[in-house]
Amino acid sequence: MLGCGAGFASDRLDAAVALVERVRLDWLILECLGERTLAFAHRDRRADPNRGFDPLLERRMRALLPLCAARGVRFLSNMGAANPRAAAQATVRIARELGLLGLRVAVLLGDEVTEALAPDTPLWEGGRLADRGPPLAANAYLGCAELLAALATGAEVVLTGRVADPSLFLAPMIARFGWRLDDWDRLAAGTLIGHLLECGMQVTGGYFADPGKKEVPDLARCGFPYAEVAPDGTAVITKTPGSGGRVDARTVKEQLFYEVHDPARYVTPDVVADFTRVQITEIGPDRVQISGARGYPRPPQLKVTIGFDGGYLAEAEISYAGPNAAARARLARAILSERMRAVHGYEGPLRIDLIGLRALHATALPEPEEGEDVRLRAALRAPEREWGELLAWEVEALLTCGPAGGGGFRSRIVPQVTTASASLPRERVRSEVVVFAA
Amino acid sequence: MSGRLRLYDIAHARAGDKGDTSNVCVFAYEPKHYPLLVRALTPERLRAAFPALLRGPVRVFPLPQLSGVNLVMENALEGGVNASLNLDGHGKSWSFLLLSLEVEAED
Repeated sequence: MLGCGAGFASDRLDAAVALVERVRLDWLILECLGERTLAFAHRDRRADPNRGFDPLLERRMRALLPLCAARGVRFLSNMGAANPRAAAQATVRIARELGLLGLRVAVLLGDEVTEALAPDTPLWEGGRLADRGPPLAANAYLGCAELLAALATGAEVVLTGRVADPSLFLAPMIARFGWRLDDWDRLAAGTLIGHLLECGMQVTGGYFADPGKKEVPDLARCGFPYAEVAPDGTAVITKTPGSGGRVDARTVKEQLFYEVHDPARYVTPDVVADFTRVQITEIGPDRVQISGARGYPRPPQLKVTIGFDGGYLAEAEISYAGPNAAARARLARAILSERMRAVHGYEGPLRIDLIGLRALHATALPEPEEGEDVRLRAALRAPEREWGELLAWEVEALLTCGPAGGGGFRSRIVPQVTTASASLPRERVRSEVVVFAA
Repeated sequence: MSGRLRLYDIAHARAGDKGDTSNVCVFAYEPKHYPLLVRALTPERLRAAFPALLRGPVRVFPLPQLSGVNLVMENALEGGVNASLNLDGHGKSWSFLLLSLEVEAED
């Protein structure tokens, strides 16, 4: 039994506690590491060599470690982010404070490959590494081949940096059922299970509800998913008993192709999986059986994500409401554009949306004429913080210098990272497992 | 039944992103509407409906046994979350953008 207790960095904690309390899991797995999350973590580590792991690690560990220890549930997570060793050391300290003496924490190292990339490394997006400036860091997506060594230590807690998300779920299945690393159909079956679980509540009713069309009961207390996996790789996907949410053929179908491109070629470090013949069967309330994934040999190269300094994103907003609000907001937009372009000579990217008329879909669809509660939202990206500060100043100035009745000014300027991808031959990666004990 | 109807009335969808590529999987609530989906969601129709947004190749992967299609749209995220100035840099709402399309129903 494999449970997912987090599907992204900001996922809920109380639902993870409920999952461990109510289900007899073998493994609790927390997936907390997006591509940009990792790039930001590298920046944190540069500022402080003891940081660079998941900022919520301490809170998650304090809530979950005692429960897992009491129930014999092993804990696996990529919360190590840019600094898995420091994450393991922090976990050991927390375990001691919780009285969990003897608890062992295995950490998988070696995903950071910044030194292994030559400046002329081709990027998937086009161009070469050197064209994009100095990288913050580069991390290879490790897979089960590396992760199994950490599981084999028997440590109650296993922490990693960058590992392919489905591999976090597949590795415990391989260890439990003794699947061979070239049993491609079994590996594809386990990858399918991992893919469905790795985004947490996205398979149990989250990112799904649409009132009147797709109802989800008690979404405020949605449960995390877990899988009952059979030795042949078929599985039942279900969720924490007594929790909100829904698991049915539709929630599973939507998640099956989430961030999948060619459904016949879902590539991980472990296998190339074919999801085109997957069978999805509702076998009971909130219980869906899955089977039918096929597998082909794993790719010879590992994917690498490279992070770069991305300058600053600045956003500033002001609102207009009541009669003729749309026309006043349009006037504010015209003024702001003239101030930034003609008066200040800003030539970089600038976007001004009118929220309440058309914002998210403004590029795709025409702007409606009318609206009685309209929020002007301006955004720019620039290498220099000064342009962001100027944008915020100009939007705030609209309070007294702009159209009538403008209110609710807010602004924020946040540092950005950008990412690119490259390939690296497997043999260039040297992974290592270190075990710490509380 | 004939006339125009919105995809939203017969289908549900989910959007995901990788870089500047958006993928949206769309499923008919009822298998009988699957042919309508396939007819409505061709690369040509999508690019004609949203020319300013869909600036790259569009691939359509039919999923007949699930009554759905998976759409993969390159250069469709205004630069992606690295570069987009859209509030929704991931294109999470592209699912509902596509569901707003109208189709010609005839059966």
